[in-house]
Amino acid sequence: MTDRLNLYRFASPATFYPLAGAMIPYFVAVSVVFGIAGLWLGMLVAPTDFQQGEGYRIIFIHVPASWMSMFIYLIMAFWAAIGLAFNTRLSGMMAQALAPTGALMAFLSLWTGALWGKPMWGTWWVWDARLTSELILLFLYIGYMALTAAIDDARRADKAGGLLLLVGVVNIPIIYFSVQWWNTLHQGSSVNLAKSSMATTMLWGMLLMAMCFWMYSIAMALMRVRTIMLERERHTDWVKAELAHIVAGDEK
Amino acid sequence: MIHWASFSDFIAMGGYGFYVWGSFGMTALIMAIEPIVARRNRIATITRLQRQLRAETRNTAE
Repeated sequence: MTDRLNLYRFASPATFYPLAGAMIPYFVAVSVVFGIAGLWLGMLVAPTDFQQGEGYRIIFIHVPASWMSMFIYLIMAFWAAIGLAFNTRLSGMMAQALAPTGALMAFLSLWTGALWGKPMWGTWWVWDARLTSELILLFLYIGYMALTAAIDDARRADKAGGLLLLVGVVNIPIIYFSVQWWNTLHQGSSVNLAKSSMATTMLWGMLLMAMCFWMYSIAMALMRVRTIMLERERHTDWVKAELAHIVAGDEK
Repeated sequence: MIHWASFSDFIAMGGYGFYVWGSFGMTALIMAIEPIVARRNRIATITRLQRQLRAETRNTAE
């Protein structure tokens, strides 16, 4: 009776694989729509900042990239915990599919931060709490990818990588609260539920860009997890059937 | 409604053009390259697995 709505069914790679493939175009489309709306609002409509002039517009990618770099890490740690606790196959694949996108988001956060820091603070980089902990996050991503790539057995790679992810998760609250806990050069949070320090168009532009980055990350992770599934499940009948009828070049 | 008076104003970004476009440019570059790399990796993986599968089935047929 409950069969039709059994979500556990999608924990199996054989059923998740086609579902993921069908969803990718929708996430791409939604990401593009949010991106256009966010860029239009942020780059064309939003007013000049009274302190930072037009330079503040870096915020429309700096904040979404920073949020995603932390959020993707939390999702990876979640999958690592599930994988270590229940020994599920899919969780390790999900963590691995997310890692490169997370690393790129952390890199973009640092890159845009440097380009923002130079005109506003007069320096590309300072060893302050916010910047240093974000750099550690980038190293955690790189460390996770290097570690899992170095171990041949996929399940053991998942376990070792999963432990690294769970230990490293302590860094996320450090990044997030660093501007409150320590006296840093980095400005405080721009978004505050009670009273935001930003104009409405700025805030909406930023939130739309965050949605764009979020949907982009999901699309990338789904794209990558499908490849990882084929690789890891290559001895199963469903992958053999799949491989028999896909032509590599014109496959979505 | 549009904030800018002219296109060159938009490009100049009030003197912050280098920093703003340096940020947006790198983001655009990464978001263009990442899917291409993932796709190429996928095609390479599929080709390799198909070759392996063909080799295996040939061996069992003999």
